[in-house]
Amino acid sequence: MMPRPARSAGGLGLRPASGGLGSRLRALLGAGRATEATWEEVEEALIAADFGPQATLEMVDAARAAAGRNQVDARALLAAEVRRRLEGIGAGRFELGPPPAVILVVGVNGTGKTTTIAKLAYRLQREGKQIVLAAGDTFRAAAIEQLRIWGDELGLPVVAQRAGADPGAVAFDAVAAAESRGADAVIIDTAGRLQNKTQLMAELTKIRNVIARRLPDQPRHVLLVLDAATGQNGLAQAEAFSREAGVTGIVLTKLDGTAKGGVAVAAADRLGVPILFAGIGEEIDQLAPFDPAAYVDWLFAG
Amino acid sequence: MRRAYDGQPLSGPAARSIERANHAIGPSSLMFESLSARLQAVTDRLRGKAKITEADLDVALREIRLALLEADVNFKVVKEFVARVRERALGADVLNGVQPGQQIVKIVHDGLVEVLGGERHRLSLGGRPAVIMLVGLQGSGKTTTAAKLAVRLRKDGRKPLLVAADVYRPAAVDQLVQLGDQVGIEVHTRSVGTPALEVARSGLEAARQRGKDVVLLDTAGRLHVDEPMMDELVRIAGAVTPAETLLVVDAMTGQESVRVAEAFHQRLPVSGLVLTKMDGDARGGAALSIRSVTGLPISFIGTGERTDGLEPFHPDRLAQRILGMGDILSLVERAQETIDQAEAERVAQRMMEARFTLEDFRSQLAQVKKMGPIGQVLQMIPGAGQMAGAAQQAVDDGQLKRIEAIIDSMTPAERRQPEIIKASRRRRIALGSGTTTAEVNRVLKQFAEMQRLVKQLSGGRLPNLPGLRGLMGR
Repeated sequence: MMPRPARSAGGLGLRPASGGLGSRLRALLGAGRATEATWEEVEEALIAADFGPQATLEMVDAARAAAGRNQVDARALLAAEVRRRLEGIGAGRFELGPPPAVILVVGVNGTGKTTTIAKLAYRLQREGKQIVLAAGDTFRAAAIEQLRIWGDELGLPVVAQRAGADPGAVAFDAVAAAESRGADAVIIDTAGRLQNKTQLMAELTKIRNVIARRLPDQPRHVLLVLDAATGQNGLAQAEAFSREAGVTGIVLTKLDGTAKGGVAVAAADRLGVPILFAGIGEEIDQLAPFDPAAYVDWLFAG
Repeated sequence: MRRAYDGQPLSGPAARSIERANHAIGPSSLMFESLSARLQAVTDRLRGKAKITEADLDVALREIRLALLEADVNFKVVKEFVARVRERALGADVLNGVQPGQQIVKIVHDGLVEVLGGERHRLSLGGRPAVIMLVGLQGSGKTTTAAKLAVRLRKDGRKPLLVAADVYRPAAVDQLVQLGDQVGIEVHTRSVGTPALEVARSGLEAARQRGKDVVLLDTAGRLHVDEPMMDELVRIAGAVTPAETLLVVDAMTGQESVRVAEAFHQRLPVSGLVLTKMDGDARGGAALSIRSVTGLPISFIGTGERTDGLEPFHPDRLAQRILGMGDILSLVERAQETIDQAEAERVAQRMMEARFTLEDFRSQLAQVKKMGPIGQVLQMIPGAGQMAGAAQQAVDDGQLKRIEAIIDSMTPAERRQPEIIKASRRRRIALGSGTTTAEVNRVLKQFAEMQRLVKQLSGGRLPNLPGLRGLMGR
């Protein structure tokens, strides 16, 4: 594969996107007491960051209540409100646990599951962990090849069957391979699926069951990959994948653009699971542990 | 019930929405699902009013605003749009037989269609070969769309060539090659390491040599703020002069859709949008945002992962989907389209005067029939969902036809004064309509009951249903 041309652009982890929530809020709230109009504008700023009307109203109401009649820094209050939501569900520390840890990666089409798997594997590999990859997306054309290329690049074993094979069988093989190799973790890719496709969603439950038959209490980690550009449908995604696959954490991808991924905050809050990682670029090392404080700074700075 | 593009329900009948809202999973689902319920409440409050007042409007517009934001319509677009609706709704006369709340919804709907609609975008494929370039963010569905579009064009008698110019994503070329194999369409590829520009150029040349008349150029996904990558697209477009440059947009995209589309539009000769993953349950507000900001037409809708899942775009369907309340809307739409306004007013007038006769009833039946399968009509009316099955059964059984036949077998005098229909007239009517006297008796009895109900009714609403309910809802 070919490297992309180098870029210098905004996004989380690089530098704050210009013209974002931060500068607007600073302009709005920097000077003294917030008026009715100010709060309305604040609402819009959060909406623009894809927090959605519901979460936005809740947060602004909470900030307003906290502000009371006092002259306060409304911006700081809002930032605290967002942080409170993120930290309330446990800061995003990802603990692999005793080997073998089975990590199932799920999400709708095109959010970046396979790329995330490669980045996560690279990250764990650098911590000295033995990783096995599993090509559980047996549906999409060339999805297996895509994971294989990453496996070659990283020097990792990829458990795969032919296209169209039962993803449950791939998962089973992969878990067996991880056990026999004494690997620390096996990361299983799955085909992207829209959460309203009942049969495809039920397939995830089946994959889980197959894994659990071999290793009770596994998969230990079920990562939902959310695209930062996703709007309010992200909530429906979170709910459905949580119901069918038992999501334990969220990976928020494509944060190197201008999208703020506010819906992931609402989703994490709703599910009570942390955002664990942020995808911040095309490079293999551009997967960062999600740091609520840094995220909120990025959101409100600029 | 209306179905979405691939048979997935757009949204349930209003009755079910209300029911689901009562035990929704979470707060936002509650808001999501209960929009039609809440608008129904507004509608109930407005029932019988002749004009929509500003205060009424505020309540309804708040709900509409939330619905649009939930649908991911960009907040700036929402603001402008809601202001326009307010202007139009104020002082609008309430149509006879349509509830004011529904009429607000209709104004919203028409406004949405206006923004989304315009003339249909037909690909203009000049040039030999004509180049269609597909661009967009990562994961929006460009490669799948390229294959789908190729299949569609072949069906139209074209000779397409797919060109795999995504040289960055691992296995992107493989993906296009496999899709091409599946559908039997040639794919032009170059060895690993060939720059995208060179792949595009040689693809064009290959198409000429192989006698292909349209080239589908799949490009790598890229962020709109990635300058080097955007430059690459500009260079490719400069080299192959695409006849069409289609921006592929995921229907799930949130508020950033506008910024993304503007950036691509500014740098490239984008000529249309493809809205993908519409078989999901995202409302697709991004399409509205992009269209109102850039004016770009929506060329196609992508549904599903199969290569035949590409459909032309229907503004009204998307408008209804964005509002998430297709059912109420369709009713308003259809009612307006099909009911002859004057006739409706005449019947309503006679009802209020309690001069409702079997002739009026007959004309009502004809109107209901014009509105399409009666089960569908009933399902669209909040609260009438349960009746729908029975009513459809009645139609399927030919019961509605029999009622019509019975009325048709009456003399004009009998229709105006049913009380003159005694035993011998009943036998004649039964014979004439090919039914039994028992059935004639039943129709007459139900009609009398309906007349009684009509007398009790006040206000100008057109009670289409009580009669039908009595006749068929058992």
